[in-house]
Amino acid sequence: MARKLLLEHINVPDIHTFDVYRQKGGYRAVEKALKTLTPDEVVEEVKKSGLRGRGGAGFPTGMKWSFLAKPEGVARYLVCNADESEPGTFKDRYLMTHIPHALIEGMIVSSFALGAHTSYIYVRGEMMPQIRILEKAIAEAKNAGFLGKNILGTGYDLELYVQPGGGAYICGEETALLESLEGKRGNPRIKPPFPAIAGLYGCPTVVNNVESIAATVPIINDGGDEYAKIGIGRSTGTKLISASGNLVRPGVYEIELGLPVEEFIYSDEWCGGIANGKRLKATVAGGSSVPILPANLSLKLANGDPRLMSYESLSEGGFATGSMMGSGGFIAFDEDQCIVRNTWNFSRFYHHESCGQCSPCREGTGWMEKVLHRLEFGHGKMSDIDLLVDVSKKIEGNTICPLGDAAAWPVASAIRHFRDEFEWHVNEPVKSLDTNYGLANYAEPIAKAVSTEN
Amino acid sequence: MSDKVKVTIDGITVEVAPGTTILNAARQIGGDIVPPAMCYYSKLEGSGGKCRTCIVKVSKGSEKDPRPMPKLVASCRTTVMDGMEVQNITSPEVIEARSGVVEMLLINHPLDCPVCDQAGECDLQNLGYEHGLQKTRYEFERRTFERIDIGDKIQLHMNRCILCYRCVFTADQITNKRVHGILNRGDHSEISTYIQTAVDNDFSGNVIDVCPVGALTDKTFRFKNRVWFTKPIDAHRDCPTCSGKVTLWYKGEDVLRVTARKDIYGEVEEFICNTCRFDKKKTADWTIEHPTQISDTSVIASNHYDTLRPLPVIQDNARLQEANRIELEKTTKF
Repeated sequence: MARKLLLEHINVPDIHTFDVYRQKGGYRAVEKALKTLTPDEVVEEVKKSGLRGRGGAGFPTGMKWSFLAKPEGVARYLVCNADESEPGTFKDRYLMTHIPHALIEGMIVSSFALGAHTSYIYVRGEMMPQIRILEKAIAEAKNAGFLGKNILGTGYDLELYVQPGGGAYICGEETALLESLEGKRGNPRIKPPFPAIAGLYGCPTVVNNVESIAATVPIINDGGDEYAKIGIGRSTGTKLISASGNLVRPGVYEIELGLPVEEFIYSDEWCGGIANGKRLKATVAGGSSVPILPANLSLKLANGDPRLMSYESLSEGGFATGSMMGSGGFIAFDEDQCIVRNTWNFSRFYHHESCGQCSPCREGTGWMEKVLHRLEFGHGKMSDIDLLVDVSKKIEGNTICPLGDAAAWPVASAIRHFRDEFEWHVNEPVKSLDTNYGLANYAEPIAKAVSTEN
Repeated sequence: MSDKVKVTIDGITVEVAPGTTILNAARQIGGDIVPPAMCYYSKLEGSGGKCRTCIVKVSKGSEKDPRPMPKLVASCRTTVMDGMEVQNITSPEVIEARSGVVEMLLINHPLDCPVCDQAGECDLQNLGYEHGLQKTRYEFERRTFERIDIGDKIQLHMNRCILCYRCVFTADQITNKRVHGILNRGDHSEISTYIQTAVDNDFSGNVIDVCPVGALTDKTFRFKNRVWFTKPIDAHRDCPTCSGKVTLWYKGEDVLRVTARKDIYGEVEEFICNTCRFDKKKTADWTIEHPTQISDTSVIASNHYDTLRPLPVIQDNARLQEANRIELEKTTKF
């Protein structure tokens, strides 16, 4: 059985209440950090742990913290990004629903490390139950003296607020989140300046994902070195994976980074294989924004080694044969799923969620969505496929925030790996409406699949 | 060491003050290497970075850190570093990306230039001529909006809008009570007033001047004439609210419209008030200075209003004749 750090006590009844959480060893990290460590020592521990941002980009959290500007007499803020809305990702919601105190404990430790006296948890507007759960948990923690003035008699003050968002995907982008938190329209800011210099209300701010913040609790409890021993290479620790799609047992799993993808899908300890005895056709490894991979490349690297669930291994081979860890939204597709329809669906999402600030993303996402709609519903042309590649190239890298890239990658990668299926949709417009292209050669050993690539 | 920083743009080195953006450094050099700007407006704080037409390639970050920047950057919002090397028109990558942006800007644009009042002085039109395709690759219905009257003098054609946000910044910074902004998101976003409240501030007319396309037009000039048939003449008056320095656009004896004076980048020199813009449309209201300098490449210049021949319009108008004295003398010599 693999080690669990975040979800260790997930099955304990009433773990969402303060008393049960405390009995199970909760808030030890707060006591340890506030009473025995200095803020710099906490940052040092997180640096040593090698923890990487769990929101998608995988930027080392300790390094992010050490970039925070610390001018005299200016407030600093910690903002928790709980605006989880990537299709295929639901780990943060699970964590907040079942162990809200893990997040609050992490917030206290992280705020202490950064010297923030006011911190915010920005929760997506659709997650109303989680907002109530968090508010209740904050009240409990405050009653017990872990929040408010003079926490545990150490002289450290912290106020923690939950802020519901309006339910926009773009507000998960850190600068758009800050704009929204300030009460403005959630448009991403133009960087530089980065939030570490001028963030919320123009003050230095750190924005971290829910899971990154919760992960600081085991890091402080056991020490950064101990945490760094888990995992593989530069991907340290455990990661929550939201597994969905045609799996026998979809759900949220805590894995040690470095677990082979094949084991994760087929082992009975994890997802238990593909549902209904079908075969795997493709996977999206890290939420809808990352490139989609056919079955053969999902399980094995281009050189034939097994692919592992880690930041490095998933992105091995760049965009030609690799994908990304992303936010850990693992989606599996069986042989009866239509990649064109799925790509259209993702594209429709990005079209709907583009903020409309910069031109390539505003216009390009809509354009791709319309072309894909046409392909899926039997009105496509052969030239549409190259048009999509071209449009996605013109969006990628030319936008203010990464939403443009996130919209372009799934389309570009679907065409890169599944061009046959797109062509089949053009050639068989009637047939493609009620039958599927099937597995084709997407699960065959890699040498062959690579040779069919252009 | 001087307090100026050195930056090289397309092989031309210039020394600028620290904190200058790449775009402004390029404007100090001038000429073809200046990136086009649809949303940046030097007089408006916080503008820029949105349209992405001014993207350039930074091939060398600075003297200290010579690594190139990984992506193309918006030159209007990126400040120069000492020793920075920038490629604009010398980089095929930039030209390619820019034409991509122009294509994106045009896919939902109605391309109704033949009936648009802005045609002839439209930044998007210029950009389209330079970078656009002969034929669109977009085969879908374009998004459309209803026309909205913002007050009795300004009309908003949202179809033509490229969402540069200039008018929003203008309303925010020049007028003291902002009532218009952006509604919705993505490609359905639109500029709008709050439940179509009229913008009736003294300086609201400036949104017409800052609009790079024909989305915000002057209703008093609407369908009156093509800009290239009118003759721009600089004039001024004593105005209690603004500087009173304007450009009058003549057709025959009549002043068809009044705008603020614009520099070579299409930016106004000084914002003017609504009284000057909408109500003072008689030559008698103004002190005429001289014909406006218009770039040879502009379609407005095709009207040859400043060539050797004296303009028939001003023959029997002493004040205009005085303003055109130099041209008259030239003609006489001829």
